[in-house]
Amino acid sequence: MESLNIFIRSIFIDNMVFAFFFGMCSYIAVSKSVKTALGLGAAVTFVMVMTVPLNYLLNEYVLRDGALAWAGLPEVNLSFLSFIVFIATIAAFVQLVEMAVEKFSPTLYNQLGIFLPLIAVNCAIMGGSLFMQQKVDAGELTSCWQSIVYGLGSGLGWWLAIVMMAAIREKTTYSHIPAALKGPGIAFIITGLMGLAFMIFSGIQF
Amino acid sequence: MKFLTGPFSANNPVIVQILGICSALAVTVQLKPAIVMALSVTVVTAFSSLVMSLLRNGLPSRIRIIVQLVVIAALVILVDQVLKAFVYDISKQLSVYVGLIITNCIVMGRVEAFALGNKPWPAFLDGVGNGLGYGLILIIVAFFRELLGSGSLLGIRVIPESWYMAEGGFYSNCGIMLFPPMALVIVGCIIWVHRSRNKDLQEK
Repeated sequence: MESLNIFIRSIFIDNMVFAFFFGMCSYIAVSKSVKTALGLGAAVTFVMVMTVPLNYLLNEYVLRDGALAWAGLPEVNLSFLSFIVFIATIAAFVQLVEMAVEKFSPTLYNQLGIFLPLIAVNCAIMGGSLFMQQKVDAGELTSCWQSIVYGLGSGLGWWLAIVMMAAIREKTTYSHIPAALKGPGIAFIITGLMGLAFMIFSGIQF
Repeated sequence: MKFLTGPFSANNPVIVQILGICSALAVTVQLKPAIVMALSVTVVTAFSSLVMSLLRNGLPSRIRIIVQLVVIAALVILVDQVLKAFVYDISKQLSVYVGLIITNCIVMGRVEAFALGNKPWPAFLDGVGNGLGYGLILIIVAFFRELLGSGSLLGIRVIPESWYMAEGGFYSNCGIMLFPPMALVIVGCIIWVHRSRNKDLQEK
């Protein structure tokens, strides 16, 4: 039940885009058509499901205060290094995925081509790892399994947001918008209104 | 000089280049954390541009992304430690958003687009200019959100107590301004005003 709670929470209530504005840059830039939005969303979700648990293990066994007890160093606290370790894990993983996809599935590589390098600097992914660390400190995430669930939920939430946005933007191409609001201006306002709508989910518990 | 002032309006990173919105908006509920965040980003952008510009000739382009990330992450760790040491309360309020300066697109974007092809001094100025341009938007958004949402500026009450309904007045705070989505709507409005004044930026 605890895991289901984390899952629902990370998709709807703590949605990466609407509650925390993570990954806004690629969200605004890539949400012009539903098809590309689907591709990027899938890639982000995949990377997130893999990197959040990886960083959870690193945090648990290397970085956290007293985490190095297994190596005989119980008083070492490396948590100040977490930014650089997390971003290195993410960048290395994205590089790995890029090489694997290029080798085994050139068609998929061509479809995702431009998005893959972008993912390394997508704030949603780094944000997922940083929130995971914060939740571990607060005692909300207690096992590796829960960190997988959290990563999956956050990724799906981002995916949902970008696809919904792309669908709305495809419709608005034919509407009469003031010239100065066209493009990013209206995109921001639509996102704000969608965020208000998503606030209806707050407080859901199982 | 144009490197420094260009990013304030005509080439503003947030509202024209659409960079760095990710970590920008969640810190704008109050003016004080917004100012601290703006300063932190300015420092990181300026020095990462400087360092990468110094390294640009000896750096193979295949590994440049990872080198950039390491340089930026090291600078952000420095900033984070300084904030924790001197303004602990605000550092708690900013929580993960300090760490997210690493993935802030302004920092990477300016290094990629400008610092790698220019001499150190212009690159440094460009970094400072873009950091301040970002800060300007942050401060405008935070100004409206704090003024309308809690009736204060920098924590000091500006709307007199006697105006409030509880005291028999006619005024009450606009609580919706405190919710995250309103930051997006305010940025949308800033873009609207900015593009109506600069017609060449409008999309066809």
